Amino acid sequence: MGRYVVRRLLVSIPTLIVISFVIYAILALAPIDPLSQFGADPRIPPEARENIRRALGLDQPWPIRYVKWMTAMFTGNFGVSFMSHSPVSELIKQRLPNTLAVVGVAELVGIAIGIPIGMISAIKRYSIFDHVGTTFAFMGFSVPTFFTGLLLIILFGIKLRWFPFIYDSTLQIHDLNSLTQQIRQSIMPITVLGLFNVATIARYVRAEMLEHLPLDYVRTARGKGLRERFVVLRHVLRNSLIPVVTLVALGIPAVFAGAIVTEQVFRVPGIGDLLVNSIGTGDIPVVATVVFIFAVLVVLVNLVADLLYAVLDPRIRYT
Amino acid sequence: MTAVLALAACTQQTPAGASPSAAASAAAKRGAGGDLKILYWQAPTILNRHQATGTKDADASRLITEPLASFGKDGLPVANGLAAEIPTAANGGVSADFTTVTWKLRTGVKWSDGTPFTADDVVATFTYQCDEKSAASTIDRCEGVKSVTAKDANTAVVTYKEPQPFYYQWGVGDAGTILQKAQYANCLGAKAKDCAADQKPIGTGPYKVREFKAGDVVTYDLNENFRDPNKPFFKSVTFKGGGDATSAARAAFQTGDVDYAWNLQVEATVLKPMAQQSSTATLTTVYGSSVERILINFSNPDPALGDNRGEPGTKHPFFSDKAVRRALAMATDRNSVAEQLYGGGLSGKASCNILTAPEPMNSKNTDGLDICKFDLNAANAELDKAGWVKGSDGVRAKGPVKLKILYQTTVNPVRQKTQDIMKANWEKVGFQVELKSVPAGTFFTNTSPDGANHFWSDVEMFTNSGDPDPTSYFVGWTTKQMTGKANNWQFGNYHRYSNPDLDAVVDSLRKETDQKKRNDLAIKANDILVSDVVVIPLINRTFATSGVSKSLKGVDPTPWDSEMWNIADWTK
Repeated sequence: MGRYVVRRLLVSIPTLIVISFVIYAILALAPIDPLSQFGADPRIPPEARENIRRALGLDQPWPIRYVKWMTAMFTGNFGVSFMSHSPVSELIKQRLPNTLAVVGVAELVGIAIGIPIGMISAIKRYSIFDHVGTTFAFMGFSVPTFFTGLLLIILFGIKLRWFPFIYDSTLQIHDLNSLTQQIRQSIMPITVLGLFNVATIARYVRAEMLEHLPLDYVRTARGKGLRERFVVLRHVLRNSLIPVVTLVALGIPAVFAGAIVTEQVFRVPGIGDLLVNSIGTGDIPVVATVVFIFAVLVVLVNLVADLLYAVLDPRIRYT
Repeated sequence: MTAVLALAACTQQTPAGASPSAAASAAAKRGAGGDLKILYWQAPTILNRHQATGTKDADASRLITEPLASFGKDGLPVANGLAAEIPTAANGGVSADFTTVTWKLRTGVKWSDGTPFTADDVVATFTYQCDEKSAASTIDRCEGVKSVTAKDANTAVVTYKEPQPFYYQWGVGDAGTILQKAQYANCLGAKAKDCAADQKPIGTGPYKVREFKAGDVVTYDLNENFRDPNKPFFKSVTFKGGGDATSAARAAFQTGDVDYAWNLQVEATVLKPMAQQSSTATLTTVYGSSVERILINFSNPDPALGDNRGEPGTKHPFFSDKAVRRALAMATDRNSVAEQLYGGGLSGKASCNILTAPEPMNSKNTDGLDICKFDLNAANAELDKAGWVKGSDGVRAKGPVKLKILYQTTVNPVRQKTQDIMKANWEKVGFQVELKSVPAGTFFTNTSPDGANHFWSDVEMFTNSGDPDPTSYFVGWTTKQMTGKANNWQFGNYHRYSNPDLDAVVDSLRKETDQKKRNDLAIKANDILVSDVVVIPLINRTFATSGVSKSLKGVDPTPWDSEMWNIADWTK
C-alpha cells in the first residue's frame, strides 16, 4: 500500500509538469492581454503600454517566463498578480474561505441529502417519493445554475426581500446575529449549487442501489434473517457507494476551484470569481496558479479515491 | 483654521466650486452618517491611482488619495484638493510663457497617519509617476513635464519643457493623485510592480482603508486627520465590486440595498422603467466627451496584400473615394440608435461631432451638414453621381471594385443592435455589409489581428473620449500617428488617415495659448474630421450613468474627473 502510494505520487510529478506547461502555453498563446483593460483609452499612450508590458516581464518570450514561474513555484512562490500587485497566494487565501463557505457547504448538502434520497427512491421504487425525487433530480441537473440563481434573486432577493443578493465577504461570524446574517446571505447560492449536487448524487445512488438490490448476496443476507435496515445500509449501500465516491472525490477539486457562474451571479468573491475575472483581465500569474492548484488537487483526489475503493471493497488491493 | 480660510479663499477663486455642497456640509457633522454603500460591478484590484487599470481602481483610490485640484463640469479646475488656490495667468500662478505653474498648497494638511503633507510629497509623486520603470498607467500626464520642484514646504512648481497651453495636465483631476513620499520611498522604479503600499495607500483624502480585498471589496473608515473638521459625513464606506450591471441596477432602484451603483450599462428598455418606477434611487448622468463612433479605414485591409495588409501607404479600394464615405454617412441613422438603444437621452444622445465637450469647443457647424442628416435618397444620389452602379444583386460596383464592407466592433448587445440598424440602411443604398464582433479583451489589443488597432476591416465602431484639453485627442488623427507594423500597431491613428490640413490645425493647437483661438482650432479639427468623413460620430454617451440613492446628497459628477471627486461633500 505504502509503496503504491509513493509510486503513484512519483508518477504524478511528470504529469503535473506537463499539465503546467500546457496551461502556461495556452495562456501565453491565447489572445488575452493584461493591457486590454485599458482599451482604446487615449490617456494610456503606446509607450506607457510598452513600459507596463516590460514591468510585468511580458517582453520576455513565454518559455522563459514559464521556466521562471515554474521554478518560483517550487520554492512556494506563486508570483505576483499583474492587476493587484499583491502575491497570488494572498489572493487565494482571501478567497478560499468564501468558496468553502458556499461551494463546500453545497457539496456537503449534496451528500447529506442526495444519498438518503437516492436510497429511499431505490428501496421504494415507483412510490410517490420516488417519482417526486426523480422529477426534482431531473430539474436539478437540467436547469443551469445561472438560471436558478437569477430566479432565486428575483423571487427572494427582490420581490420578497428575504435574503440579500450581494454577498458581504467582510462579515465576521462572532455571535448568533452575524451567524444568521451569514446563513441569510449564503442560503441562495448554497441552494442553487446544492440543488445540482443533490440531484446528481441522488440519481447515482438510486441507479447503483437498484443494480445491487436484486443480486444474490442481498438475497443471502435477507435469507440469513438479517434485518432489512442492516441489509440495506451494511451491504447494498456500501457496495453502491463506489461510483459515488468517485463522483464526490472528483467534486472536491471543484469545491476549491469554486463555482464560476454561481459566484458571479451572487457576487461571492470566491476562487471561481477570481479565476474568471483574472482570465478576463489577462492576469496570467493568477490564472496559471489557480488552474495548476486545481490540477494538483485532481491528481491527489484521484489517488485518495483509489485508496477509498480498497476500503469499501476488500477485494481491491493495491501493491 | 488655516485650512478653513484656504477653503473660503478657493471658493472665491473658482465660482464653479462646491458652493452648494459647502452649504450642505455646514449642517452636517463629521461621522454623523453611518456606512455609505457603493456598488461597482467591476471590482477594484489596486488602490494606487498611478497603477490603476480601470475606472474601478481610480474611483476606489479617490476616497483615499487626492490630486492638487479636481476638474469641474466646465473642464476647469476646482480647488477641492491639496492646492489652496488654482494658479491662473491672472493671479500669477502661471508664467506668461505658459511653462511654469506655481501651486500654492494648503497648509496644515496631514496624511491619515498624522504626518504633515508638504511639497516634497508632490515632488516625490512626480518622481514615482514619471519614471518609466514605475510603469505608471498615468504616465501620459508626464509628457512634456520637465520637472516638479518644491520652492518651499507649501509651494510646488511644475515646469513644462515648452509652452503648455494645457498647464493643468500634471497634478489635476483623476490622474493627478498625490502619494505620500515616505510610503512610496521603497516603491520607485522596478520595485513599483510589487509594492505593498498599492494595497493600502496612505492619503490625505476623506477616508482611509480599513481592509482591502483585491477584486472584491474595499472598506474605509473616515480619516480623522482630514483637513475639514466637518467632513466627511459618513463614518465608513463599503465599496463592493463584482457581479453584473443589471443586478447592480436592481440593488439601487428596486431593493435600495446600495446608496450608489456605478455605470449602469443596462439596456435602455430595461433601465428606463426601472429608474422611473424606483422609490429608492434616481439615475444620475452627465455628458462629456465620450462618443460612440464609426471609424473608416483609409488603408487597404485586403488579406491578399500579405505583409502589406492595412499598412500606411496602401489605399482603400473604395473609401478613398470621398463620395462613398459621404454616402455611408448619409445612410447612417444615428437618431434611431439614440432613441431605441440609448433610451433617447438616458445613456446617450445623437451627435454628429467627434468632439462634444467642453461646451465652447462643441462645434455648431456640423448640424447643417448634409452628411449629418439621415437621408437614403441623398446617399443613393451621391453614389450614382460618383459612378457606383447597382448590380443585379443590389450591390454597387465600379469596375471590379464592389462596395463590400466588413464592419467590426466588440461583443456587446447594444453594439450588435447598432450594427443591425446600420447594416439594414447601408444595404438599402447598395453596400453589402458583413458584421463581425470580437470580445472586448481581444478587440482592444494592439497585437490582435482582430483588434481595433490593426483595423483589418473596412469600418469599425467603439467609444473614445478626450481630456478637457483636446490636443492629445486630435493627435490620434495626425499623419505621424498612423498605426502599422513599424510601430507594432501602437499608434493612435487607426484609420491611417493623412491630411496636412488637420496636421496643421493640431500643430497650432499644441502652441496656441489664447483660449478663444484654441476653441476655434478644436472646432476646426472636429469639422475637418466630420466633413471629410474620416469618422462618423454616432452617440454622445453619458460619462456617468449611476444609480444614486434618493437620500444621498451632494453627488455631482463631472465628465472630466472621477465620479468620486467630491465624495467628501456627500451627505444624507
